[in-house]
Amino acid sequence: MKIAISAAAPGLDAQVEPRFGRCQHFVIVDLGSMEFESLENSGAMAAGGAGISTAQMIAEKGVEVVLTGNCGPNAYRTLSAAGVQVVTGVSGRIRDAVEAYKAGKLKASAQPSVGSHHGIA
Amino acid sequence: MIVSVASGKGGTGKTLVATSLALSLSDDREVQLLDCDVEEPNDHVFLQPEITGSKAVSIPVPRVDEARCTYCGKCAQVCAYHAIAVLGNHVLPFPQLCHGCGACSYLCPEKAITEEHRQVGVVEWGHSGALGFVQGKLAVGEAMAPPVIREVKRCANRDGAVIIDVPPGTSCPVVEAIKDSDFCLLVTEPTPFGLNDLVLAVETVTKLGIPCAVVLNRVGVGDLGVEEYCRQERIPVLLTIPLDMEIARLYSRGIALVAGMPQWKSSFLELFGRITEIVDERSRSSKR
Repeated sequence: MKIAISAAAPGLDAQVEPRFGRCQHFVIVDLGSMEFESLENSGAMAAGGAGISTAQMIAEKGVEVVLTGNCGPNAYRTLSAAGVQVVTGVSGRIRDAVEAYKAGKLKASAQPSVGSHHGIA
Repeated sequence: MIVSVASGKGGTGKTLVATSLALSLSDDREVQLLDCDVEEPNDHVFLQPEITGSKAVSIPVPRVDEARCTYCGKCAQVCAYHAIAVLGNHVLPFPQLCHGCGACSYLCPEKAITEEHRQVGVVEWGHSGALGFVQGKLAVGEAMAPPVIREVKRCANRDGAVIIDVPPGTSCPVVEAIKDSDFCLLVTEPTPFGLNDLVLAVETVTKLGIPCAVVLNRVGVGDLGVEEYCRQERIPVLLTIPLDMEIARLYSRGIALVAGMPQWKSSFLELFGRITEIVDERSRSSKR
């Protein structure tokens, strides 16, 4: 099973980025093998609809769960339509967040954690 | 002739200048004031116009017939605003983000997308004495000001003088409001903030090929930065308005400057005269 984590930088030792739609990087981890892939989020600078385009990109990667800080309503609706679970309120090192998820310590959110445009710097 | 009254910075005095310029002209000529600051139109406060008509403004947004949709994703690919997403066998339109460009319905290979109208605001028109008045109101919570601004401008009567009160800033609504103007007045204040945003506004009108000049408001505060910039860039300063308690008091009570202090009328007529000279000179030199 693949999970995606919003990331401040590439690699498992980077910090979890609190924003979803406008985060700069994603780290996608295969929980079985712990193999990972880091990718830049080209949608981070979108004029509008960043959450939707980022959610679409993540869904197309075959990800089943997203770990992030906050997730707005449009991104949440898009991820839900694709059957992707969202865990919000995640922070710290990516490696630790993945371990916490594997240990069953993180629970999926039933709703978006913030309103629209929350992540615009 | 269309004269738009803009500024980079908000709160510099666009409404003060636009309302007093329009009122001064309306005594002896045909003139319209168009309030294109559709997110917060407030010219009506100073004019107390009688509204005689109104019209809803809508944009076309996609409606998907899921019976025909094959979830090919073409609509999501072509949408520049991420206003429609396709995931597996779900298609999700986001009407609040839609600019109404029509690309999704035009390019859908299955003809599964039709358009329905979504109201984003309203245009109202009427008059205040001899002055023609039009204003746009963007519905609360909506983000798409340009369609409302376009509809306000459609009411312009080019046979007379048209004064446009432009929203602040330099983004899409500003460009929509000032484009096709014969002249743009940039209202600013003599502060570093005023200068910073004036430079952005000058860049915007220059790119649009519209001649501009500056009205300097609240003179007596700040520094000489704006005046130095205007001298360097050869931008005429056509009117200065001092920082004055009486002007501020009138404004705070919703009284137009020339209504409360009629001695200002000649300054606004002179301002319009200078604008007319610049526009005429420009049209002569472009014909040469």
